[in-house]
Amino acid sequence: MLPSSFEYHRPTTLDEALSLLATHGEDAKVLAGGQSLIPIMKLRFATPGQLIDINRIEGLDGIEEGDGSLRIGALVRHNHLAANDIINARYPTIAKAAPQIADPLVRNLGTIGGSLTHADPSGDLGSVMLALGASVILKSSTAEREVPIGEFLVDTFQSSIAPNEILTEIRVPAPAVRSGGAYLKLERKVGDYATVAAAIYLELNNGSIGRAGIALTSVGLTNIKATAAEASLAGATPGDAAFAEAGRLAAEASSPVADVRGSAEYKRHMVDVYVRRGLASAFEMAGA
Amino acid sequence: MKVKVNVNGTERSADVEPRQLLVHLIREEFELTGTHIGCDTTSCGACTVLLDGVPVKSCTMFGVQADGRSVTTVEGLATAAGLDPIQAAFKEEHGLQCGFCTPGMMLVGSALIAENPDPTDDDVRWAISGQICRCTGYTNIVKAIQAAAKAKASLPANA
Repeated sequence: MLPSSFEYHRPTTLDEALSLLATHGEDAKVLAGGQSLIPIMKLRFATPGQLIDINRIEGLDGIEEGDGSLRIGALVRHNHLAANDIINARYPTIAKAAPQIADPLVRNLGTIGGSLTHADPSGDLGSVMLALGASVILKSSTAEREVPIGEFLVDTFQSSIAPNEILTEIRVPAPAVRSGGAYLKLERKVGDYATVAAAIYLELNNGSIGRAGIALTSVGLTNIKATAAEASLAGATPGDAAFAEAGRLAAEASSPVADVRGSAEYKRHMVDVYVRRGLASAFEMAGA
Repeated sequence: MKVKVNVNGTERSADVEPRQLLVHLIREEFELTGTHIGCDTTSCGACTVLLDGVPVKSCTMFGVQADGRSVTTVEGLATAAGLDPIQAAFKEEHGLQCGFCTPGMMLVGSALIAENPDPTDDDVRWAISGQICRCTGYTNIVKAIQAAAKAKASLPANA
C-alpha cells in the first residue's frame, strides 16, 4: 500500500523543523518512529502534503534526571526506554510498560513522543504518563509551553498540539522515596492492542498511602485517569480493602465497548482485577 | 529524491518517490526479492531487514529514511565461504516449511545472537515475537536460532 504523495523534508536541527512547520502548518505531519503514522498514511486516513522527518535531529533522544524530574526526549525509542538504567531503577511504571508495547521490531523504531502525540486510547504510554502526573513540552518557532498530559490527550487520536508545534520532551516528576509502580496489560497476543491495561503509581507516607496514580488503556475515548479511585486511596491504609475499593471505582470510571477482544462487562471486570493487582504489586515494591 | 544506501556491504543508489516504502526500494530498485511483503500492516515481520544492525519492518518505513544508512537483507547473510551459521542451522534443524517468514526469522535471529550469544528458549521466543510463521513451525525456528548461536560460538573469533 502506498500513501498519497507528499513532499519529504529532513531537517537536521529543531529550528529548521519548526520553521518548516511554521510555513506548512496544517498540511504537514511530523515523522518520528512512523509506526503509527506510516500505517495510517498507507490506509490514507492521513494524507499530509508535507512530511517532516525529525529522526536526524540531534539532542531529542536523551533520558536525564535532575531538578526533581525525569526528562525523556521525544525521539527515545520504546526499546531504549525499556533498557534504560534510570528508568529500570526508579520508574517502574514506565519500565513495566515499555517492553509490552507492540512487538520488538516496532519498539526499535516507535518513539515516546510520537506515541503520545498519536493520542490513541489503546496507547500504553498515555496511561503511564497520566498515572505518573507527567507533562509534555511543546515547542513552536516562537514559543514553548509545558502541558500536563491530561490536557494534552484530549480525544481519540487528538492531542492539544498546535499544527506549528513539535513535542520535544516528556517530564515525569521524580518518584517519592517509598513508592512503587506497575503496568498490567491484557492482550490476546504480542503486538495486539491491549484488551485492557492499567498503569499504577503508589506512594507510601508513614504507613499510609500518599499520592496514587491510576490510568486505564483501551477502555474509553482516551486513556482514562481514574481520579475517584486515586482520591479514595489518598491517606488510606494500604491493603486489600483499600485496593478493592480503588479497583471498583476504576472499573466505574471506565467505559469499554464490546469488540473482538471481549464484552464490555468482561473488560470492566478486568479493569477492577488489574487495578487491584497492580496496586498490590506497587505496594509490595514500595514496602521493600 | 536521490538516495544512497549501503545494502549488504555495497553502496547502492536510486531515485525514489518519498512515499515509496523501504521494502519496495529493496525489492524493486535494488532487485533483492528475499525481503518479502506479507501483511503490509506492520504485523507479520516477513519484510524484516536490519537497519544499521537493528531489525525493523521495511513496510513501515520510507525508502528515503534509509538514505545514508546500512541495510542488511537475507541476501547479505551468506558469504563466498558459504551459508551463514543461521542459514545452516535453519536448514539443519528444519527451521522452515514454506519459507515465507524465513528471511525475517533469520535476520531477527542473527541480530539476537549478535547481542546475546547464548539465548534461552524464552529469549528467542521474545525476540521473534514480532514475526509470524503461518506454518506455525515455531519450535524448530527456536531450535535453529539456538543451534546457530552454538555454532557461532564454536567458530574462530569473530567469524
